[in-house]
Amino acid sequence: MVSAFALAGDVIKPKRFAGLFGAAPSVALASILLAVKTQGRTYAATEARSMIAGSAAFFVYSLSVYWISVRYKPSAIVSTLSLISLWIAVAFGIWITLLRG
Amino acid sequence: MKVKITPSALRESKWYEYTGRFLIGGSITVFAGIIAKKFGPTVGGLFLAFPAIFPASATLIESHEKEKKKRARLDPGIRPQNAIALDSAGSTMGAIGLFVFALLTWRLLPNYKTWAVLLVSTIAWMIASVVVWAISEAV
Repeated sequence: MVSAFALAGDVIKPKRFAGLFGAAPSVALASILLAVKTQGRTYAATEARSMIAGSAAFFVYSLSVYWISVRYKPSAIVSTLSLISLWIAVAFGIWITLLRG
Repeated sequence: MKVKITPSALRESKWYEYTGRFLIGGSITVFAGIIAKKFGPTVGGLFLAFPAIFPASATLIESHEKEKKKRARLDPGIRPQNAIALDSAGSTMGAIGLFVFALLTWRLLPNYKTWAVLLVSTIAWMIASVVVWAISEAV
């Protein structure tokens, strides 16, 4: 699944459209299938509920990578890896304020 | 702008680049499972939208752009960074689709067959992402 979405992202032009596949639910599909098999559908649905917070964090993360790439032009490794901490902060911030307990 | 499929772009990629992304995706799936087991599904679920493949893809885009310019004996300049910016703009729109995917999966999974829910949610991800992209192109 991961390779299929990666392949699609490579062969499709323009780049901005191909970028959609960078946010493909490849990890989610595999994880939810596994969770349903081992823990049941209610458990997997709870994971999907938290994924809403994760996807909001992904939105902030990729928007920040865009902004930093345009403004400061760092290398890909610097912008994409340094901003992972922003994803963690936003995802857990939403989790603490809305989902915990 | 028209969307095109360019199979020739595959020649730029090497087999280990796909293997690398496959391994990263697999590792994050395992990691999310371990986190869910240890801290519960509300924490583990966050990692279902972890930007696992994105950094690897952006790094590959950068190196492909540099290689292309090197082959043409030209200075890559800011072209690799512009390519990363375009890719991340696309991923930002895809994240809206990812939000729709998660929302539908959460609401539908307890009541319907798993394969049907995942199929509908994946189609909804694609439609939502493409609609946002089309709107951004029109503006």
